[in-house]
Parts: sequence; structure tokens; C-alpha cells
Amino acid sequence: MTRTSSRSNLFSRSIGQVRISSRAISIAKPNESPYYIGLDKASEDPYDRLSNPDGVIQLGLSENRLCFDLIEKWMSENLGHSITGRDNGELNINGIATYQPFDGTMELKLAMAGFMSHIMGGAVTFEPSQMVLTAGATPAIETLCFCLADQGNAFLVPTPYYPGFDRDVKFRTGVELIPVHCRSTDNFALSVTALDQAFNQTRKHGTKIRGILLSNPANPVGNLLSREMLYAILDFAREKNIHVISDEIFAGSMYGNEEFVSMAEVLDSEGFDKNRVHIVYGLSKDLSLPGFRVGVIYSFNENVLAAARKLTRFSSVSAPTQRLLVSMLSDARFIEEYIKTNKRRLQNMHALFVAGLKGLNIRCADSSAGLYCWADMSKLISSYSEKGELELWDKLLNVGKINVTPGSACHCIEPGWFRCCFTTLAEEDIPVVLERIRKAVENTTDLLNSS
Amino acid sequence: MLSSKASSNCHGQDSLYFLGWQVYEKNPFHEVENPTGIIQMGLAENQLSFDLVESWLRKNPDVMGLKNKDGESVFRDLALFQDYHGMPAFKNELVEYMAKIRGNKVKFDPNNLVLAAGATSANETLIFCLADPGDAILLPTPSYAGFDRDLKWRTGVEIVPIHCSSSNGFRISMFALEEAYERAQKLNLKVKGVLITNPSNPLGTTMTKDELQSLITFAIDKDIHLISDEVFSGTVFDSPCFISIMEAAMDSNLKRNTDVLSRIHIVYSLSKDLGLPGFRVGMIYSNNQTVVSAATKMSSFGLVSSQTQYLLSYMLANKKFTSNYMKRNQKRLKKRKEMLVSGLKKSGINCLKSNAGLFCWVDMRHLLCSNTFEAETDLWKKILCEVGLNISPGSSFHCSQPGWFRVCFANMNQSTLQVALRRIKDFVERSSFNYQQNMGSLSRKLISNWVRKLSSADREEQER
Repeated sequence: MTRTSSRSNLFSRSIGQVRISSRAISIAKPNESPYYIGLDKASEDPYDRLSNPDGVIQLGLSENRLCFDLIEKWMSENLGHSITGRDNGELNINGIATYQPFDGTMELKLAMAGFMSHIMGGAVTFEPSQMVLTAGATPAIETLCFCLADQGNAFLVPTPYYPGFDRDVKFRTGVELIPVHCRSTDNFALSVTALDQAFNQTRKHGTKIRGILLSNPANPVGNLLSREMLYAILDFAREKNIHVISDEIFAGSMYGNEEFVSMAEVLDSEGFDKNRVHIVYGLSKDLSLPGFRVGVIYSFNENVLAAARKLTRFSSVSAPTQRLLVSMLSDARFIEEYIKTNKRRLQNMHALFVAGLKGLNIRCADSSAGLYCWADMSKLISSYSEKGELELWDKLLNVGKINVTPGSACHCIEPGWFRCCFTTLAEEDIPVVLERIRKAVENTTDLLNSS
Repeated sequence: MLSSKASSNCHGQDSLYFLGWQVYEKNPFHEVENPTGIIQMGLAENQLSFDLVESWLRKNPDVMGLKNKDGESVFRDLALFQDYHGMPAFKNELVEYMAKIRGNKVKFDPNNLVLAAGATSANETLIFCLADPGDAILLPTPSYAGFDRDLKWRTGVEIVPIHCSSSNGFRISMFALEEAYERAQKLNLKVKGVLITNPSNPLGTTMTKDELQSLITFAIDKDIHLISDEVFSGTVFDSPCFISIMEAAMDSNLKRNTDVLSRIHIVYSLSKDLGLPGFRVGMIYSNNQTVVSAATKMSSFGLVSSQTQYLLSYMLANKKFTSNYMKRNQKRLKKRKEMLVSGLKKSGINCLKSNAGLFCWVDMRHLLCSNTFEAETDLWKKILCEVGLNISPGSSFHCSQPGWFRVCFANMNQSTLQVALRRIKDFVERSSFNYQQNMGSLSRKLISNWVRKLSSADREEQER
């Protein structure tokens, strides 16, 4: 077989003539999104105050490093003796190796239900039997998509949104995401009018909408959906007969004074059809354990739960991790202390960081939660366009050596907004970050005119 | 309101399993507390050597405590580690361990290894990478029933069986391969690959170098992929020794075709030989860089917990432990298998000659009242309810001939196996030449309950 010289075939033909799936070909291509490029660059040359002071400061990954000392202390006090000794301890290794239920052990579900309830202020009770545990929130989202939509269907998603949704929803399911644009004029709040418009527009093009994908608290903006808005969304969903997926993974990362209201809480109080609501949660943000891979699908729909349970065979939580977490989450005293301290430190970092940006005449959207702030750098970009935004992003990354996530990667309709995660920093790093931003945009006149 | 995938029944073909499990769960055998209960012989799990793993875990409390050799906590790094490339130290140990199982006749590159949450996830991911919806994979029967879900369900890919028969010990003949390929063509299905399980589940046999090379030649000839699910490679307890597809591909004749390595992919996991299915550690090994790249990104949907990666990288780094484990585990498996085989022989029941696996492929054709699958199902029900053994009927492995059963031996202790053997002996003696179905009223009641429950069964089975 002779090799074709056609350039369009070069990529797929670069490995002999063995064809692979079209899905794989598109996924295997190098990441073009600045979200991923920035992450890679930061991890290749990571900043360290002492050993690599010229490295790239990572502000593009929403990781919470503020309370590791607490968890480490818990580990040293609890992990040491439990394994070797008492067989009745939760951390014993008996039965740890055998097949566990794919959707998680009842012990962990119970512990998770309690934890989720706690971090949401005790306003909701979660039923362990309505829980399906997955290896992180990433497969939780994908699994739900497989359960709720067919190939070619779509979900409405308010923008700006977490870049990972493009992967979680679209990679393998064949489901599309239709953006519902939110604007800075109302602090990126979602409106039913916008939902309705997007719904009708999509339907005209012949695509079936199966649901709405929300993140509440929102990522990257950090704002909350009010109780009224939750009612409005549920009404809308009922009217259009579609599902609602509420990704509440940042519910325990509150720093503002507003009250977080879970979709589950609203369902409890009014007579809404619970069968269309599904909540996603995980331990990657609130408990800083992304490496342990623990996610939750919480649903009121028995059929969805039945299907999701079967699908967890592809993404179960590892047994030793389940054991460890049952123990940790059941330690009420520790969890209480952790939640309180985390909130305090989060509030502190947020205040310092936002004030620091303000000093550079960079204002942030109003937010109450998350591990990041949504910063308006539109005055610093050369042209009010995605191109201008990406130029600034590039300058910040390669000249300023800080990685932030540009709004275009989050499908924001207004250029110039950037997500800056501040929970990977220590207080001493903040002046360094601010100085680097200042240096990178030195020639931009607006900074010098700080009011 | 649900997607068509979620409402489809394509995962429900193994309804006999649901029933078997349900009956077992209602009345599980326990040596002391429930000696007349049902003995689980349908679960291909290796519980024979966990004491060795347990002893290592107990001797290394620091590792369990997420501390390194210097007693420093590595918790922070682990908590944040979610790199889909996997932990380098862990992958380095895995490739060494994999090579060791293959007698070090093959060397693996950790950069070609992609981690997954179990072989279940690895197999599905590979199919996503190699085939598009509507394409087909050829699969020799009898084969693991779970493949109907793992390979087809979310991928939209079809399975076309390669029929193997007892006439040649269920080996894959070139004739059967070609026949399956043609059948797929007639159905207008584009064949993208062949998936073999070597050592075989449910047969417990390993393939010869010639067989493997014939398969490779076939794959080259048809320009398709070859997936070798080698999850049982560490359970080979007897000769002939295990030959991996990779070793067969290293042959100089085949190597001349530079495409060879890019179309061969291995799936492995720590669930069978190391007996750690709960840990969810599986992997894909491929020399095809595009597959590795795509599979790596897809692994985000099933990453292995960093805590588990850390723990196991230490365990596998202990070469004395792995050598000792491999030796003793194989010895125990061999002994237990021989116990089952000789025990069954005493009851006039033969097994397919096997040298690997956690089960035997048992010939009960002579106990069927007719050479039909209905008779096989009747016999299965009788053995489940009257004899009290949950064994797996060949039909659930898509075997083309009725009368064969898979019986697992590695998930119970010796005395339990003896109880099982005694029960079979009694049963055979009772039945002798009486083929009348004499199900008690209890069994009849259970059956009508099953029929009702069939439509709403969502009981997950966890076996291979």
C-alpha cells in the first residue's frame, strides 16, 4: 500500500496505515485550548519561592491548598495505628481487596451523605440509597450525559463555564453543549429569557435539548443561583420537559455572606418533579482531594440511578480510598474544624487577592464561592476581541510567568475576563503575582491611571 | 425521559446471572452459620493469596499512612496528583511486573502504558479508540459475558462471535476466524479488530505461539487491530508457559511488516493474579502512539486513585515480595484446581485441560436430558437450587454448544470446595440415569419469583 501524500491524511496516517476511530483521532490531537496549554506550561516550570522563583505561578488550576496541614495532622493521628491493629477499626484491611459494589460501599455513601449535608449548612438531608459514587466528578458528568441524552442531543449550559465540561460532555457521548450567554451587566447572572432563547434557537436547527447543565456555585464566576432562580429554572425545565444537572462541587468552598441553596433543598420545599433533577458533587474542591478520585451522582430518578449504577463499573472509587474516606468523613469533630478553618482561610485569601487586583485597577465580578475570582482585564487588552484577550493571556504566561485562564476558554461572550485561582498561593505569593501582572502590562496606560 | 442507552437492555442479556446471584445472596453458604447455603462458584476472584498481600501491607504501615521511606508525609502531593499520565514510579513498577510475568521475554515501555480504573474501563476505552459506532469486533466464544457491556454498551460497537467448539478444545481455528469475518461483512459491519482473552476466560487455557502468530497474520491481512486481554496472565500455574501476544509479534518474519506493533494492544489488570479487584487498577499497553495519546486523555474518566498508585508502586518495587507472591500464588492455584478436577472426576465429570485461570471449564453434557440450551438451563437451575452451587452455564458465555459450565475454585477455602465436591457427587449419584425434572416446590416458587423480578432486575453482578 502506498502512502498518500495528501496533507489532510498525514495525522491519521502517521502511524503506518492502521486506522483508528475518528473519535480517537480528534481526541489524540494536541490540546489547543489555552486552558490546557497554560496548565502544561505551568507544570513544566512550576514556581517555587525558594527553589524556582522564576517559574510559572499556577493560577489556572482550581486546587485548594489552604488546609492541607489539617488533613495531614488527621492522617498522622489516625492512619498510623489502625492498619496493623484492631480489626474493627474502619481503616483495617480486611475485605479491602475483593470486589466492592461498583457504585460505592454503603459505608462511604452514608459518610458522604452526612458530609454533603454538613457543608450545605444542614439544610438538606441526602439519602445514601440515591447516591452513586464515581471516580471523580468527571465521570459523574459523563455518566449522567450517557443516561439522559442520546448522540446528537444537546444540553444548555450558561456561559462562562468550566472548560472541562467540553471534555466531560462531548468527548465520547456525542452530546452537544449549547451556550446560554450571561453578561457582566448583571454580574453574569443566568436569566430564563436567555435559556428560553437558546432553547428555541436550538430547536429551530433540529437539535433536541435534553437538559440544562449548571454549576452552582458557578465556575469560573463564583456566583450563586438564588432560591428564586432555582425555582425559575425548575419551572422552565418542567415546561420544556427536560432534565437539570446541578454540579455543586464548590458548595463547601463558600467565602461570601450569601447563603448557598442546593437544588436538593428547593426540591424538598416545593412540589417540583424530582425526577428531572440530578446533582453532581465530589471531594476534589471542598476537601482538596482531587487525586483520590471521589465523585457523586445524586438523583431522585430511580431509572437514572439504576442505569448510572451499572455504568459505574467503568469508574469506581478505589477500595483503599473508600476506607480512608469513611474514616475521615465520619470524624465529626475533624470535619467541623476543617469546614470552619477552610472558610476562614478562603475568605482571607479571597479578600487579599481581590484587594490586590483592585490596586492594579483590575476589578473582579461579585462572587461568594469557589477557589478563584473572575477578573476584568478588558481595559488591558489591545483590542476588545478574543484575539486581544489571547494576546494578553500569552503575555501574562510567557512574560509575566503566571498562568490564568482566559474567558474565551470558558466560552465567555465578553472578551477580557480571566479566571484567577488563588487557593494554590500562600499569602507571601500575592505581592509576587501582582508585581508580575504589573510588569507584564507595563506599557498599558490604564494601569498607570489607577483611581 | 431517559436516553436510549440507559433504557436499552443490551446489558441485560445475562439475566441468568442476576437470578443466580439473587438466589445466592438470599442464602449464602457459611461454614458455620449457614452450612446448607449456596456456594458461590460463579465469581472469578482470587482469594487464595490475599494473606501475602495483607502481610506486606501490615509490615509497611508507613506506606499505608502515605509516608515515604524517610517517614515524611507525601500526602499533599498525592492529594493533588490527578495527572492522566499516571504516576511514573507506579508505571515503572507495573511494566517490570508485567515483564516478569512473561518470563522477561518482552520488555515494556512505561510511556506506552495507560492506566484505567480496572480492565473493564481499559477494554471500553480501547474500543472507543479503535472503532466507531456501528463497527464490529470479532470475539471468540465462549467468552466473558461482561464483554457485552464493556465493549458494546456506550461505544455503539457490535460484537461478532467467532464460534469455537469442543471438537478441537475450543481453540480458534483459521476457518472459524474467516467465517466470522465473512458473517460480519454480510451484516454490513466493518470489522475493526479481534479481541482475544489469553489466558482464556472461561476456558483457562493459554494460546500457542503458532496460534498467536496466525491471529497476527490475519490482523495484518485484514488491516485490523488485535486486542489481547491478558488479565489472567499471572494465573498461569502449569505448562505450557504463558506467551504474550507481544512476544509472538517479536518474531522476525512478522517484524518485517512495520505495522505489526501499531495494531497490537494488551489489556491487563491487578484484579486476577494479585487478587485486588477492589483497588480498580487496569491498564492498556500499546505501541500505537495515537492510541496511547487518545486513551490517556480518555483515562480522565477512570483515573486510578493516587493513594492506590502510591501504595502499589511500593509493593511492586519489593522484588522479593513479587517473586515470592508469584511462586506461591501459582502453586496454590494449581493445587486448588487439581482438587476441583480430581473431585469432579470422581463424580464422572471431566474438565477441559487447563493451565491457567481461576476456574475450570466443565463438561456436563452427559448430564443433560437433551442436547439443548433449555436442558442446560434446567440443569443449571437444579444445581443452583437442589445442589446449592452457583456455577455459570455456558450459554451465558455464548458457547455454541450446550452442556459446558464454568466453575470457579479460587474464591473459597479448601473445606468449602470439599463441601461443593461432595454435593456434586451426591447429586450425580442421585440423578444417575433419571432425567426426570424433580424440582421441589421451593424451587418452583423461586422460579416464578424470578420471572416477575426479571423485568425489574437491576442487580449488578461483579464477576468475570
